[in-house]
Amino acid sequence: MDAYGSAEPWAALGDPTRHAIVTALAQRPRAVTELAAELPVSRPAVSQALRVLKDAGLVTEQAAGTRRIYRLNPTAVEALRDQLDMFWNRALTNYADIVDSTEPTKPNKERR
Amino acid sequence: MTQAASATVRKEIVVSAPIDKAFFVFTERLGDFKPPEHNLLAAPIAETVFEPRVGGHIYDRATDGTECHWARVLLYEPPNRVVFSWDIGPTWQLETDPENASEVEVRFIEEDASRTRVALEHRNIDRHGPGWEAVVDGISNDQGWPLYLARYAALFDDGS
Repeated sequence: MDAYGSAEPWAALGDPTRHAIVTALAQRPRAVTELAAELPVSRPAVSQALRVLKDAGLVTEQAAGTRRIYRLNPTAVEALRDQLDMFWNRALTNYADIVDSTEPTKPNKERR
Repeated sequence: MTQAASATVRKEIVVSAPIDKAFFVFTERLGDFKPPEHNLLAAPIAETVFEPRVGGHIYDRATDGTECHWARVLLYEPPNRVVFSWDIGPTWQLETDPENASEVEVRFIEEDASRTRVALEHRNIDRHGPGWEAVVDGISNDQGWPLYLARYAALFDDGS
C-alpha cells in the first residue's frame, strides 16, 4: 500500500518493528544484519522497515566497506520544517477565512 | 551548515480587518483555524485555549477533559505582537526541555484602517534536533508515548 510512502515521521513510528529499530539505533548505529539478529523479525522485514524510516527522514544510511550502517538522523529537522510549513499555510488560510466571516463582537476601540 | 535557511518558516498574509480584530481573532480563535488533526490528544479535541498573558499556555483540551499544553506564551503585546514557544518535536512528542523548543512570532502590521498584514515567523526549528533522548524515552515508556501515535498510525495500516 502506498500509504507507507507518506513521509510522516510519526506515522513511521507507529509500527512495532520500526519502533524497535528506532530504539535500537538510538543506542548506537547498526548494520541490517545486527538489527535482524536482535529483533524477532526477518531481515527483509528489517530492510523494509528501514526504508520507511529513511523515507520519513528519521534514519540515514552510510556505506562502511561492504556493509550499510544505519543511524538516526540527528535532527530530522527538514521533515519537521516541511510539516510546519504546511501547517502554517493551512492555518493562515483558515485564519483569513475566519477574519472575513467574523463580525466585530466586542465594542472595538475606535482607531483613527 | 545551511541550517539558518531551513530552520525558519516565514509566512505573511493580509487580512481585511483592523489590527485589533486581526490580533484577537488570531489569539482567541486559534483553535478554529489550526488544522484540527494536529494535536497530541488521545481523545477527540474539544477546544484550544490561548491564555492571553506572558507565562500563559496554549493548550488543547479533549472531550474527556485531558489537556495537552503545547506552547508557552513568551510575549503578549496586543494588538501588535505575540510570541509563543512551540513545544512539539519532530515526531509530535512534547518537548520536555524548553531548550529544545522552537518559537513562533506573529506580528500584526496596520496596512490601513481596514487591512492588517500578519507576519508569522516560526524560528529555531533546529532546536528540536537534539531531541532523540526524549523521543526514545517516549517510545520505551508506553505511558509517555502519546496514544495518538497508535491512533494515527492505524490510518496507515495496510493490514486490511
